[in-house]
This record gives sequence, C-alpha cells and structure tokens, in this order.
Amino acid sequence: MTQVIPHYPMGDAQPNRTPWWTYFTFSTDHKVIGIQYLVTTFVFYLIGGALAAIIRTELATPDSDLMPPEWYNGMFTMHGTVMIFLWIVPSVTGGFGNYLVPLMIGARDMAFPFLNALAFWMIVPGATLLMGSFFVGPASTGWTAYPPLSILTEQHAGQIMWIFSLLIIGTSSILAAVNFVVTIWSMRMPGMGLFDMPLFCWATLAAAIMVLTSTPVLAGALILLSFDLMGGTNFFNPTGGGDPVVYQHLFWFYSHPAVYVMILPVFGIVSEVLPPHARKPIFGYKAIAYSSMMICALGLFVWAHHMFTSGTPDWLRIFFMVATLLVAVPTGIKVFSWMATLWGGKLRLESPLLFAVGFISMFVVGGLSGVMLGSAPIDIHVHDTYFVVGHFHYVLFGGSVFGIYAGLYHWFPKMTGRMFNEFWGKVHFVLTFVGFNLCFLPMHILGLMGMPRRVAQYDPQFTTINQICTFGAFLLAISTIPFLVNAVYSWLWGEAAPNNPWQALTLEWTTTSPPHPHNWEGDPVLETGPYDYGKDYSQSSLVRH
Amino acid sequence: MATETMTTTMHGAIAPTEPGHHPDLRLFGLIVFLMSEGMLFVGLFAAYLTFRAVATEWPPEGTPELELLLPGVNTVILMSSSFVIHQADEAIKENKLAAVRGWFLATFVMGAIFIAGQVYEYAHLEFGLTSHLFGSTFYILTGFHGLHVLIGLTLIAAVLGRSLKPGHYRAESHFGIAAASIYWHFVDIIWIVLFVLLYLL
Ligand code: HEM
Ligand SMILES: [Cu+2]
Repeated sequence: MTQVIPHYPMGDAQPNRTPWWTYFTFSTDHKVIGIQYLVTTFVFYLIGGALAAIIRTELATPDSDLMPPEWYNGMFTMHGTVMIFLWIVPSVTGGFGNYLVPLMIGARDMAFPFLNALAFWMIVPGATLLMGSFFVGPASTGWTAYPPLSILTEQHAGQIMWIFSLLIIGTSSILAAVNFVVTIWSMRMPGMGLFDMPLFCWATLAAAIMVLTSTPVLAGALILLSFDLMGGTNFFNPTGGGDPVVYQHLFWFYSHPAVYVMILPVFGIVSEVLPPHARKPIFGYKAIAYSSMMICALGLFVWAHHMFTSGTPDWLRIFFMVATLLVAVPTGIKVFSWMATLWGGKLRLESPLLFAVGFISMFVVGGLSGVMLGSAPIDIHVHDTYFVVGHFHYVLFGGSVFGIYAGLYHWFPKMTGRMFNEFWGKVHFVLTFVGFNLCFLPMHILGLMGMPRRVAQYDPQFTTINQICTFGAFLLAISTIPFLVNAVYSWLWGEAAPNNPWQALTLEWTTTSPPHPHNWEGDPVLETGPYDYGKDYSQSSLVRH
Repeated sequence: MATETMTTTMHGAIAPTEPGHHPDLRLFGLIVFLMSEGMLFVGLFAAYLTFRAVATEWPPEGTPELELLLPGVNTVILMSSSFVIHQADEAIKENKLAAVRGWFLATFVMGAIFIAGQVYEYAHLEFGLTSHLFGSTFYILTGFHGLHVLIGLTLIAAVLGRSLKPGHYRAESHFGIAAASIYWHFVDIIWIVLFVLLYLL
C-alpha cells in the first residue's frame, strides 16, 4: 500500500505571543496553565528525585550510617508523597490534560478557565505545607500514613501538615477533574462525536471520572485521621475502640484508582505518539477507548488487593483477587493494540517514539509483576517486600515517567515553537532506560529473597544487589541532566519548529507552534479523523492545498 | 502562515464559537462536583457501617437511646424545605422575582430552624465527640452535614442579596437560583440517608 502523507505547509516559527512573565500570573489560558503545571511538577520531580538519591545512598551499605533511621523514614515518606501527589498526578492530568484537551477537541479553552487557574494555584499552598513540614519534622509514616502508627507518631506537626497538604492538593485535582469532564463532554467542536476524539481525551475522561469518584473518600479518611491526631477521637486507634483497617479501606479506595489516574492519561499520550511516528492508524481505536472506560469501572473495585494481609476474610480476598486479575484484560487489549500499531509501520525512531516504546516494554514488566501480586497466595509472601517496590516503579517510572517523557518530546515543538536536540534526546533515553532497569529490576530479586521495604538497615547478604540498585539510581539522576539542558537550551535557542513537524493529524497540529492565544486564528477545521494515516488523500476531496 | 485553505472538510464542520462564548455549562459542572462531593459522604457512611459491624456492642453499653422526636421534626422541616425552594425555581421561569424571594426566605428560615434544632440536640446529648467511637461517628457525620447546611444557607443568602439588583435574575438566566436549589436538594438527600443510618437503623 502506498502511503500518501498529506502535504502540510512548513514555515518559520511563529513569534511566541506569551511573554515569559505570564507563567507567573493567574492566567486563565489553558495553555499557560498546562505549561505551569508541567514545569512546576517537573521541579517537584527533581526534589523527589533528590530524595530518592539520598535514600539509595543510605542503602548502599547495610548499616544505617548516612543518617538516623528516623530521618530515613521521613525521606521515603516525602519521596513517595511528592512523586505521586506533586509530580505524576498533576503532571499527567493538569499538565498534559490542560494543554492538550481543548486543542484536541477544537475548543478555545476549558469550560471553566477561572476554576482551572484556581486549581493550579492551590498546588502552591499545598506544596508549601508539605515542604514546610521538613522544618518541623516531616511525616514519616510512608505515603500511606497507616494508623495507628500515624496517630502515635512523634512527628505530630509534620503529620498534620501532611494531611492538610493532601486535602488541598486533592481538592485541586477534583476541581481540575470537573473541568475535564464538562469540557470533554460539552465543548467538542461541531461535528466531532465522542468517537472522533483523540484517544488522549478518552483517557483523560476516564481518569477524571476516577478522580471524582475516589478522591473525596481519601478526604474523608484524612479528615477522620486528623480528628484522631488533634481532636481526641479514636476512629483508627484500636486502644480506643477504633479500627485501623477502616482507614486502609478508605485509603485504598482512593489510592488504587489513583494509580490509574497516573497511568490512564499516559496510555492516552502513548496512543497519540505511536501513530504519527509509525505512520499508521492506531490499531483498535474503539477497543482502546472502551478499555479506558472499562479500566475506570473495574479499577474502582479492586482496592483491597493492597490489603491481602490485613486480616481480610477469604471470600473478600477471592473477590478482590478475581477483580484485580480482570483489570489485566482491558490493559492487555491496549498493549496489543499498541504493538499492532507499531507492526509494519514506518518507524521514526526518534526520542518520542523511543520513550513510547520504552514505556510499552517497561509497563508490561510492571503489569506482569502486578498480576503476580494480584494473586493473593503470592502476595501474602511478598507483600511489603522490595518485590512490591520493584512492581510499582516499573508501572510508575517505567510506565508513567517514560510516557511523560514521550509526551514532552512529542509536544515540545508545539508548546515552545522550537525543536529539541534529537541527539541529546537519544542520550537521555539510553541513560534513562539503562539506569532504570539497573535500579529496579534487581529489586524483584531482593523482594523474593525477603528484603522488607521501608527500612534503613538490611541483612548484609543483600548488599551486592542493593549496590547495583544504587548505581542504577545514580545513573538515573545523571540521565536527567541531558534532558534538562536540552529542554532549557532548545526552548531558548532551538531551531524554529514548523506547525506540524511530525505530520500528525490531530487538531493541535493544525495551528501555529506555539498556538495562537485563542488556539486558532480562524476557526479550527476537522478534515480527517485523528489517526487516518496512510489514507490516500490524492484520490479524495480531502486533500489539502 | 495563518490560514490554510482546503477544498472540503470531513464533516463540513467549522467551529462557530468565539473565545469565551459557549453555552452556560456551570450547572453541569456543579452537578458533577456534587456527585463527587457525595462520595465524601459515601466514604464516611461506609466507615460508620463498618465501625458498627465490627463493634461488639453498638452503641456502647450505657449510651441512652437517641431521642427521635426533635431530629424527626427536623427531618420533616428539611425535606419540606426542598419542596419550598423548588417553587422558587419554578417562579423564576415566569419571571416572578418577588415570589422567588419569598420562597428563598422561607427556605432560609427552615434551614436555620434545622440548625438551631441540631445545636439544641448537641447541647442536650449525654455523650461528646470523644466519649466513644459511637459518639465520634455521630458528631462527625451530623457535624459535617451541618457544615453543608451552613454553606447552603450562605448560598441562599447570597442569592437573596443579588436578587435585589434589578435584572440580575431573569427567566432566561438564573444560574444562582438553580445552583442554590440544587445544592439544597443535595444537602437534603444526604440528610435522609444520614437520618436512616444514625437514628433508625
Ligand atoms: C495489571 C495491573 C496491576 C495489577 C494487577 C497491580 C497489582 C498490585 C498489587 C496486588 C499491589 C499490592 C502489593 C502489596 O502491597 O503486597 C500493588 C501495589 C502497587 N501498585 Fe500495582 N498493579 C497493577 C498496575 C499498577 C499501575 C498501573 C500502577 C501505577 C501507575 C501501580 C502502582 C502500584 C503502587 C504504587 C503500589 C504500591 C502501593 C504501596 O503499598 O505503597 N500498579 N499493585
Ligand atoms: Cu492497586
């Protein structure tokens, strides 16, 4: 089959109409807000990464010799909290979602621009509280803050600040999710049905529904926890007649869906990146769209797979085990659709596609260890060991972070109006891929050998493997440097980007790079489906002149 | 290269919307938000039911039965107020602003009576927030709901204030009135579930 790529005019880069200081204001432009989210969350990624480097340095030796174990507890608590609540969740929803959704559906902005800006700026007090808790003794009970530990903790003030910070950030993500649902549902341009939407919009819709359903339940848990800490109640304190397992249920009712909030938009990113870089239509558009909704529905009923060892009765374990394994079905549908999209394509093996393919391979590893953990008989043995740490870093780093990088490279020309340097992009990819696997693959072995997670000291028999992990972590830290330098340099002085450097078909590529303040100078025009690659336009009236 | 010309479009579709001009989606947004907020109560209700199911004795020995008369009357008042505020929603469709004010004022008074009744009940209960798990859940659930009633009252007062501005609410445009009454219905529905769980079950 001959592939006729529709001809798109390329021209000089447009002048950037958004002066730099706009990014420090209460702007209601979804593109400004999107970039505000992306940059802010990346700063938190660096902070969380620095904490990770410290953690891994401590773990380079079996003894707790770099810092006292109590500090270590604070470090991994802050690391997890920052990475989840200030980096991945706001980056993939607030960052990519805000920037892309209106452009992809041909809208001028989000449905509620003011609310949008408000949601972003709520991150500032939320993050300040969390960072501030460092100075009063940070929360040190893990990102899960299980009672009774969290209500008996010495670091009272830090734990309270942690709770309030999460309440604020949670409210911010609820407000953002309201905006996504209403925008995607009601602001599509005339002629664009739900099934003409790019898959990223489907994914964002599914993620937003999960945020709306589950985040308030976390808020409920945190409010009860704060009363236990400050109000003298005993909801979760067994000595006062309370029940700590109720906290676990409420917490995971949020936090399991939260892992899909962190991965669904990334599924969307990958579904956008693969077709233009493989020059093929997406395989199984409807299957991918429906599977996002299926994950959204099923994902709400699997939370207790985090609680197989919490005295959960057998019949419940079986229910949650079966439900958990069922989620692998829609997830597998996606993975096979992506592979079929790549199959036989004219691959443009540059940074966006490299990271997208890296995402698929790493995510599959994490998905497989997930299925292992989802089987209660196995989980009972490896729960709270490094096997779990290995699992969730494969899905969160190998999955979400690789996908975010794929998206950043893919849309960098659109967002900044400039091209990034491809050579340093490849260097970044290779370093990240190697560092990542060195750091996290051995953790599975550690877990199977029985090394518990969240400890500053360990049995000397684990030393060698831990040192490999630490070496990989340092490589990962270094790998960020080429990205940062490349991004900053290219944003300022990179080669001017054409409107549509990838000859992609989704609507955001039909406007200038960077887009006009109102997204399109004239009106957006829907001429093709989002993935109609390789269709022979010369024979049809759809050809552009 | 601002514009590209093309012979045809896929659906012949061109977006007619100008920046900032789209149908009013605020009610849709509010409903989505309230559905989410409802989940907060669902979470708290689930916690309550679990505490109760796990406890050996509920309520703990020596806790007097909850008095039903006052909260029962309160429930009737709150439920009727939902019908009252609905009249305002209907009245504005016929541009009857004076009627709207009347209905809103009546709702406000009913809500205030509800809160007063709850304060009275709190003052006369024999257990406090920290007495036992039963007391803690009781005060958290009713207190949280009460907070929502107060927010509802604030919204109603705000609408009453704005309605003094001539032409602010019209048959074609009355988001504030619709929003306040939807919110009020929400508070009402939550109360009914809460009443059944706490007092009747
Ligand atoms: C095929 C899909 C998946 C399955 C079956 C699965 C299953 C599980 C199970 C059973 C656990 C609990 C292990 C334990 O504590 O003993 C777990 C932990 C975890 N998973 Fe997954 N998972 C899947 C995908 C994901 C994804 C996509 C993410 C995030 C993007 C994720 C993030 C996490 C995290 C963060 C934890 C650890 C939570 C903690 O205890 O701190 N998982 N997973
Ligand atoms: Cu889970």
